[in-house]
Amino acid sequence: MELLAFGDTGWGDELFRATLMTIAVSITAMIIGFLFALIFTPLKLSKNKFLNFIANSYTTIIRGVPELLVIYLFFFGGTGAVMFVASIFGYNEYIEINAFITGAFAIGIISGAYSTEVFRGAIQSIDKGQFEAANVLGLNKFGKFFKIILPQTLRLAIPNLSNVWQITLKDTSLISVTGLVEIMRQSYIAAGSTRDPLFFYSFAAVLYLLLTFVSMKLINRLEVKYSRGY
Amino acid sequence: MDLELMINSLPKLLNAAVITLKLLSVSLIIGLFIGLFFAILRLNKNIFINRFAYGYSYVFRGTPLLVQIFIIYFGLGQIEYLRSTVLWIILKEPYWCAIIAFALNTGAYTSEILRSAFQTIKPGIIEAGKSLGISNRVIFYKIQIPIAIRQSLPAYGNEIILMMKGTSLASTVTIMDLTGVAKYIISTTFKPIEVFIVAGGIYLFMTFIIHNVIKFLEKKYSFN
Repeated sequence: MELLAFGDTGWGDELFRATLMTIAVSITAMIIGFLFALIFTPLKLSKNKFLNFIANSYTTIIRGVPELLVIYLFFFGGTGAVMFVASIFGYNEYIEINAFITGAFAIGIISGAYSTEVFRGAIQSIDKGQFEAANVLGLNKFGKFFKIILPQTLRLAIPNLSNVWQITLKDTSLISVTGLVEIMRQSYIAAGSTRDPLFFYSFAAVLYLLLTFVSMKLINRLEVKYSRGY
Repeated sequence: MDLELMINSLPKLLNAAVITLKLLSVSLIIGLFIGLFFAILRLNKNIFINRFAYGYSYVFRGTPLLVQIFIIYFGLGQIEYLRSTVLWIILKEPYWCAIIAFALNTGAYTSEILRSAFQTIKPGIIEAGKSLGISNRVIFYKIQIPIAIRQSLPAYGNEIILMMKGTSLASTVTIMDLTGVAKYIISTTFKPIEVFIVAGGIYLFMTFIIHNVIKFLEKKYSFN
């Protein structure tokens, strides 16, 4: 227990901050993922073959290649890409990108591929009559989407999105290879300096279990809220 | 684009892919037995046995694979007692530590897949077996297990692909698998995009093969 004391004598406060960092990276990555899904879901559903091809390549490649490899691509390639863009605008100094942004972006792209598939499935399983009924009622495009399609999509998508959230949360442990101090990295540091890896990695496992447990409880509430009327 | 680097690194990466496939196949075989064992425990009516099996799958599905590998590789070596037993011969090798972690992880997911497959078997099929006078053992091995395997094929195919991606974590405990070698080449040449294309291409190719084999098996064992 002394090992977990807050303050200078233990690792309690460091691990607490690391847990907050894991939560922050996961949420940021999930939001970036939603933005990607927002772009790629319409492309997947579009009738244009070329747009279809782009969206399908995105989801197939990201879901077929290990997360760690994608993270290495961003970790080693991110700086180069940003410097290349900056050099076009005439800025030739060295630019270092923050580990948080690289990590959240890499995990966000992965999470986006899964979210895209979830939203595609949800929209496709909405009855065609709903679209027609909305047209018949004379709703405009926005009304149709926000009042009719989106609420039903969310109801269908939430159980699967909760899986995506779990995957995203667990994937953030891989960002530790880039040096961002989240749960895994902090446990690694603590294990190294106290020579007690068994305790700290087991404690990390407990923290992750706690995070998945609490988020499941919260998501279940959302699920109940969105399935009112069924 | 550095085409020369891509061509030069291809043989090294292909050699590393063999290690990835070895890790994958060994851990899948062990994991399948673990999964089957825990799925049967889950169907047990005894609440303690049931809870134990549920706890196992909950813990391994709720924590990242990376934590599991680190606990087994870095953590278990800390226990003095273990160092003196025969087990240490296995646990001092990063290769076997990775396989143990992968097998336990995929075992947890497999047990969930098989459990739900067992539960969706229609009771009528088991009753039909009983009314023909077939013993419970034979019903289980000759009727329930084949149907459960058929039911769980699509989900298990996904699990194989997820596990193949999971084996990339072996590179964090010094094993030079496909991702490990890719990272090594990237960090020595600073050409991440080229290496990513080649290594990612090999992974995609393996995903493609696994996907099609599962599709073929699904068709072969379909009910109609």
